[in-house]
Amino acid sequence: MLVLEQILNGIQFGIALFLMSAGLTLIFGIMGVINLTHGSLYMVGAYAAALVAAKTGSALLALVAGLAGAAVAGIVIEALVIRRLYARDHLDQVLATFALILIINQTATMLFGRQPLFVAMPPALSHSVTLLPGLVYPVYRLVVIAVGLVVALGLALPINRTRIGMLVRAGATSREMVRALGVDIRLLYTIIFGLGALLAGLAGAMAAPILAVQVGMGEQILILAFVVVVIGGVGSIRGAFYGALLAGLIDTMLRAFLPGLLRQVMAGSNADALGGGLSSMGVYLLMAIVLLVRPKGLFVRQS
Amino acid sequence: MSSEAIAQTAPAQPALALRLIVAAVIVALLIALPFIGKALGLESFTGLATQVLIYAIAAMSLNLILGYGGMVSFGHAAFFGVGGYAAGILYFHFADKSDFLGFIPGSNALLIALPVAMLVSGIMAAIIGAFSLRTGGVQFIMITLAFAQMLFFLFVSLQTYGGDDGLIMRRRQILPYLDTRDGTTFYYIALAMLAAWFVLTFCIVRSRFGFVLNGMRQNEARMAAMGYAPYPYKLVAFIIAGMGAGLAGALMANYLRFASPDMLHWTKSGELMMMVILGGAGTLFGPLLGATALVLLESFLTAYTENWQLPLGIILLVIVLFSHGGLSALIRRFMPGKP
Repeated sequence: MLVLEQILNGIQFGIALFLMSAGLTLIFGIMGVINLTHGSLYMVGAYAAALVAAKTGSALLALVAGLAGAAVAGIVIEALVIRRLYARDHLDQVLATFALILIINQTATMLFGRQPLFVAMPPALSHSVTLLPGLVYPVYRLVVIAVGLVVALGLALPINRTRIGMLVRAGATSREMVRALGVDIRLLYTIIFGLGALLAGLAGAMAAPILAVQVGMGEQILILAFVVVVIGGVGSIRGAFYGALLAGLIDTMLRAFLPGLLRQVMAGSNADALGGGLSSMGVYLLMAIVLLVRPKGLFVRQS
Repeated sequence: MSSEAIAQTAPAQPALALRLIVAAVIVALLIALPFIGKALGLESFTGLATQVLIYAIAAMSLNLILGYGGMVSFGHAAFFGVGGYAAGILYFHFADKSDFLGFIPGSNALLIALPVAMLVSGIMAAIIGAFSLRTGGVQFIMITLAFAQMLFFLFVSLQTYGGDDGLIMRRRQILPYLDTRDGTTFYYIALAMLAAWFVLTFCIVRSRFGFVLNGMRQNEARMAAMGYAPYPYKLVAFIIAGMGAGLAGALMANYLRFASPDMLHWTKSGELMMMVILGGAGTLFGPLLGATALVLLESFLTAYTENWQLPLGIILLVIVLFSHGGLSALIRRFMPGKP
């Protein structure tokens, strides 16, 4: 039962990772921009949701605020900085968005302080249900999983069925060709970036009641999301989905069970520290292995 | 960047004399710096300058692969930290009178610690480079970051060596005939190391190896067509760069008497990249300029405000967006022929 519970936790973490990496992989694949500020959008979403939840007590309003906050921040960032980076090389993109992280994090610290904010669960979702005999699981986390799956489907349908989706897929495959065919690439870029910001905001807003809302929370998930993008293959939503679930499961399982295993061969506190460190390394190890076998990622055709 | 290559192959004669003079002035200034600091009554100045020199070594090593080789490594702080921990762990076992892994004795000699740090980070760079260089572009940036994160979490989890809190060295490691505890002496040690690394970089860049490396940045396919397999050249450059960062890390651990996971944090990799870009990627003096600018800027801003990251971020953002070629390009614009 403990294993099943941890599998659910892993899926839930994977869903959060997917929401982040879906936006990242599109921005990567179609706009060709390495956007380190994607984690900041997640943080903005979490802060907006936390503040509104504290003011109004309404989970729905908090969700809306999280989405809106991240979208506004995304639009401002795109218009002021990212737009100037399309033609630059990856190095300039990394450095410019790195500088943006410093700015955004420091601003957040100045506005909200160093103390983490804690958000109460929405009352309607704060109880637990018995899924199987002996398996009691919080409803909120189940809702998070459900929302993530709906979003994944909601992304898959338009991308596979609509004209915009066709352009998105075409852009991920060959950016230059889409531009050469006379598509308004600027509009497409803005749509993609806005979509990515919304997804990051959704992930942040949903994470607010589970995690402590604090400065630096964005970077933790950002680096993992990058790992997921590289594992799944740049530009592939499907890759981001399976990569995120894989990474979420592996990370959660290692974190849950590795210290216990190590404790059987060494002293308790050492085992906890070493287990914690090693399980943090697990996802990166997975990425190294994937890149060795398939240098372009799991779900991209290797040329 | 290609104009840089042209400038190197066709040096104008008067410019060469000017370049030598400027280089001589910089060297004289660096040697006289502790005395200038004392004369002006700025006691902390030497310490700050020492940090600049150490970071300059790390930035210079990164510049070899990033500026000359075109490999955007987002994990260079890993080697900086590994070098620092190598020195720190040697000292730990010396003070503890125990053996590393049960058979490697500790040491408090800098002449042992520095080569060991370079060796260990060189081996690390060989392993990481061997894997990472199979990819390119975005994947290379991300996999170097991933390896650096792995090492970061590894050192966080090593309780024996301080874990999260880092490893404190009670004293600096020692040199024969010199007192490393003296700030001015340590400054000159760092300066000597920087000079040595500078000469090494100079020789590499002007060698056949350096030209091949530079060619691969400009057009890898063309170099491959000429019969140069990219992989071994890049790997060797990656290892040399890792060793340089390891040297800098061991010096920094000794200077601060402290090695911590912060040395491997990904923001440190970002800072090293910033130094290279700030000074001018693919130039000899650029990393020194960039390290000077960033360390001075940080220490100035921290003295001025608690929220120093905000102005720092804005300044860096403006520089990245609007400068092409960093500070050394800016200087060259005003003074043609500056190295």
